[in-house]
Parts: sequence; structure tokens; C-alpha cells
Amino acid sequence: MATSIQLRQLVKAYGDLEVIHSIDLDIDPGEFTVFVGPSGCGKSTLLRMIAGLEPITGGDLLIDSQRMNDVPAARRGIAMVFQSYALYPHMNVYQNLAFGLETAKTPKAEIQARVQRAAEILQIVPLLQRKPKQLSGGQRQRVAIGRAIVREPKIFLFDEPLSNLDAELRVQMRVEIAKLHNDLGNTMIYVTHDQVEAMTMADKIVVLRLGVIEQAGAPLELYNNPKNLFVAGFIGSPKMNFLTATEDGAGLKVAGATLNLPRAVAGATTLGIRPEHITLTQGSGIKIADLRVDLVENLGGQTVVYATTSDGQSVNIVLEGQAPVDLGSTVTAYADPARLHLFNANGDAI
Amino acid sequence: MTARSLESGAPARERAASPSLWARIWQNDAPGYLFLLPWLIGFFGLTIGPIITSLYLSFTDFDLLTSPDWVGADNYIRMFTNDPKFWASMRVTMVFVIFSVPLKLAFALAVAMLLNRGMRGLPLYRALFYLPSLLGASVAIAILWRQIFARDGLVNDFLSIFGIVGPSWISSPQYSLWTLIILAVWQFGSPMIIFLAGLRQIPQDMYEAASLDGAGKWRQFVKITLPLLTPVVFFNAIIQTIEAFKSFTPAFIISGGTGNPINSTLFYTLYLYQEAFGFFRMGYASALAWVLLALVGVFTAFSFLTSKYWVHYDD
Repeated sequence: MATSIQLRQLVKAYGDLEVIHSIDLDIDPGEFTVFVGPSGCGKSTLLRMIAGLEPITGGDLLIDSQRMNDVPAARRGIAMVFQSYALYPHMNVYQNLAFGLETAKTPKAEIQARVQRAAEILQIVPLLQRKPKQLSGGQRQRVAIGRAIVREPKIFLFDEPLSNLDAELRVQMRVEIAKLHNDLGNTMIYVTHDQVEAMTMADKIVVLRLGVIEQAGAPLELYNNPKNLFVAGFIGSPKMNFLTATEDGAGLKVAGATLNLPRAVAGATTLGIRPEHITLTQGSGIKIADLRVDLVENLGGQTVVYATTSDGQSVNIVLEGQAPVDLGSTVTAYADPARLHLFNANGDAI
Repeated sequence: MTARSLESGAPARERAASPSLWARIWQNDAPGYLFLLPWLIGFFGLTIGPIITSLYLSFTDFDLLTSPDWVGADNYIRMFTNDPKFWASMRVTMVFVIFSVPLKLAFALAVAMLLNRGMRGLPLYRALFYLPSLLGASVAIAILWRQIFARDGLVNDFLSIFGIVGPSWISSPQYSLWTLIILAVWQFGSPMIIFLAGLRQIPQDMYEAASLDGAGKWRQFVKITLPLLTPVVFFNAIIQTIEAFKSFTPAFIISGGTGNPINSTLFYTLYLYQEAFGFFRMGYASALAWVLLALVGVFTAFSFLTSKYWVHYDD
């Protein structure tokens, strides 16, 4: 039975400086939750508070409904994978994996069995006698994950575990961690600043900014219904386009033209459209604006068009396939009205 | 003309046209050697020269006034077979090394770990704790030490508060060497600074990982701090041991140059000094010096040989 986590009004302050502001969050048993946000948003701090590496200033941390605020890190039933891997350089891989079990005075035979099992899962059996310095980045990463696995924790925490790997390895390890989650079924919390990692791995994404949760939900929920400008801009790649909008009697005016929107627009000041939701042929969409094409990137599978409106706002467009768009030409952008996002002056979605 | 002379013809012409090899070396390198000269004079004149001379003298009988008489290995034979003072001084120095070095290192490490906890005013404490190392080997501190541990000194004043009548620490053979060991331990500053730098190199997340693994402070110290610090421990141990073997001033000052009471502070170097400048037995003193050098050399070589079994290098 996997473990649930609840954060209730959780606060972290260093002296007078509050960095985590009264956070409420429920993580369901077996859920893969990703904390994502720009640097300094408090995602790592929040993870370390759950781990027991940072004291909690206020509120409650509940693991399986037990208050854990004052329980030492080692007794919270968690294991953590560090960004730096934090492998003990003077011990070989076997000793690194066994350290926690030896500390817990686990019988030798059981240590051996558990280390062997973890090593097999991660395919590092041939590396057991090596020192960390003799391993590649990817291998170290596996050992760091292995160290978490052998302890058979209730909860796995990952603190930006892939950020020291090169792009190819990162994708590979991403898949492996997701597979690991499927196999083990544990509750996992994963911190990253990479929204692609968040989108691909998470059951639930928690978007943080400046110590508060901007939005928490399933990846597609955040993608389809971002609650505010920040989430809309953070989730999705390339970024959502934001166009300044003004209300006139007839509707919403963007780049000098009034949109034919079939919905209420009261209070809207920003129109958001994802690059992949713009087309250059009318189809079922409505006209958004005429654009001048500044740059075209042909990626083969898709074409990225960088363009500007008549009043100088930039719009990026992602078109499927190899679209024939000429540099310097004028095109008309269309979009399905259901795919448009409206935001008020506070940045909240309407 | 043979092929050989054809080959050598071109360089010969070149040599004739350009300045000679020596002239070129002189032109290019002379300023460098000129700047090196003071050091070269010092190194060969004041270090290498006397070392080699002392090796020669150690096989002679030499009183500084008449020319040295070759006596073969007599000095060495006498030292090991017929010189109780040699063995006494060896024992004193060994006791001093065996106790003062580990104690000093342990103390230095303990204080370094305390300072490493990120306390306020760290630079001040660091400087204060380092101060004894700067002053320690000086004559003034040795004199001060003599006052502190004298019969009517500070230590006994303090003990008298509790009604204890302390002995004269420096003039009683049981305690005199220990006051010198304490004085040495008190100069823990320089190994402490090096330990502190070493501790700073250990990444914090190593400890965090260990604490998540359930390791308490002691296990973290034994399993992580100490192994990762072994290169620094190794360095400090070698330097401090060599220093301890060479220790001279405190014993000289506190015992007034005698090594008394009952040779209890007769450090090896002090005995060597007495032989050389008290009795002008330069030949014998030179032999003593070479035995000390050999001893330190053997110890250092042994340390390096064993280091691969206990010193963990990161890279």
C-alpha cells in the first residue's frame, strides 16, 4: 500500500524571510508528483522540508496521516536522490548501496540480497566493485537511485536528478525513472525546473512561484486550463503567445482588429494562444491577426514560424510538417476559439 | 668531399655566423641565474654543503679547534652500544612524538569541527586559535610556560582554589615532559587551519544523504568525515611528526638547557645540542643528527608506504 502525503499550511522562514508561504497540497498514494518552477521558487526547499533536511517553520506535514514535522529524516520512510548524487567517494558501489542498510543493522545476507536486487533493476551489477570516480555520469545516477531503492522506502524524493546529465542520457533516464515508478508503485516527488520532464513524467504537476503554489493538477489539465498567465507561460514548449487585448463595444480587439469570439470577454486584457494551436488556413478557426514572417525554422517534422503583428507583438507558430512559408511574407493566423485563453489584468484566467 | 663533411658543413657555417653556444646561453639565461643566485648560494653553501660536511664529520672526532680525526663508525657504534644518554633522549623524544602528535591532531580536528559549524565571528576565533602556533615555538612562550607551571605558577594557583597543592610541574620528573606535551598540543593552530580547509571540502549533501540513511553524528564522523579527511590527516601527521622530532626550544628554555630533571626533558635535539655546543663533540653530534634524519626518513617512508591502505584520494 503506497503512502499519501499532505501538506497543511506549510511555512518555511529563515529569520524574518518567509520563503514558503502557507502551502496546502495533497499527494495521493502511489502518485508521481513533480514540483516545477523557475529557480528560487522554493521547490527544492519544499522537497527538503518533506525529507526532513530543513526544519518546518509552521503548518503540518502528514505522511499517511501521521504528523512528521519533528520526526528525524531517517525515520520518515523516505529516500532521496540528490542532484549531485552525493555518492560516498571512498566507498565502492556495493558499499554505497549497503551503507543505509548497514546503519540500520540489517543482517548481512539480506543486505546482499537487496543490493543485488537493486543492482539488477538498474543494470549496475558489473559496477558493484567500482568507486564512484570510475563511473560515468549516467552510471553514478543509477547508483544514486539504487541507494534509494535498497532502502525500500515508502516515498522517493528526487531533487533535480537529471540536470547534470547530457540531453540524450537525460531522456533515457527520464524513461527509466518513469518505468521504475510503474514497477515499484511508490509515491514519488520529483523536483525539476524543466517543464518537459514535468509534463512527461508526472501524474500531478505542482507549479510553484515565489514560495506559493500557482496551480496543481494533471499535466494536461495544466496545459489545457492554466489558471493564470504564469502557469500558461511556464507549461508548454514553445511558450504560449500572449497578445495585448482591449475590450471595445463589439468584442475583444487584438492588434487593431476585433475578434469574432463566441464567448464573454469582460475584463480580458491578454489573449493567449499556444504556438501549436495557430493555423495559417481558416478551417474551423477564427481569424486572429495578420502577421509578417520574420524567421522560419524547418525542423522536418514541423515548421516553426516567428512572426510579428502589425503593432509589433511577436507570435510564434508551430505548424505540422514542412509548411511552405516565405520569409518576409504576410500570413493570416487562425485559431480554434475553444483553444484561446483569456486573462484579466491580474493575470488570472477568465 | 665525403658525405660526412657535407652534412657537417652547414651547421659549421651557421655557428661561425651566430654567437657561440655559451654566449647565447649567457645572453638568454644569465638574468634568470642571476636572480636565482642568492638562493643557490644559500642552498649549496648553507644547506647542502653543511649536510655533506656533517656526514663526513659523523665519522670523525672533531672538537672545532683541531682538525677532524677519522674514526670510522665509532661514533655510531658508541651511540647504540655505550651511551645511556642517547637512549634516554631517544625515549623522551619518542614519548613526546607518540603523545603530542596524536593529541595535537585530535585537538586540532575537534576545534576545526566546532568552527566548521558556521558560527558567528569565525574569522576572529580562527585567528585566536591560530595565534599559539605563531608564538608557540618562541622563547617568550616557553618562558611564559615555565611561569605557568612553576610551583607558584598559575596552574597551582588555580588548583589551590580547590584545596589541591600542586607539585612544581616542570621540576618534577614525572610531570615535566607532560607540560611540554601540553605546550605542543596547545599549538594546534596550524593543523587546525588545514583541517578546517579540508572539512570545507566535504560536500554538505554527503552528510544529508547519510542522515537520510539513518547515520547519527558519530557514524557520520567515522564513516564520512574521517575517511574523506584522510589526505589532510596524512599531511598533518607527517608535518607534525617531523616538527615533534625536531622540537628543541621549549625543552631548552624550560630545563635551562640541561634536559633535567633527571633527563626527563632531554629531547634528542637537546642532547645533540649539548654534545655539539656544550662539549664540542662535533663528530658525535653530527652522527646523532644523521641518526635523527634517518629516523625521520624511515618514519616518513613508512607513512607513505602505508598511505595507500588508509588515505582516500578523491581523484
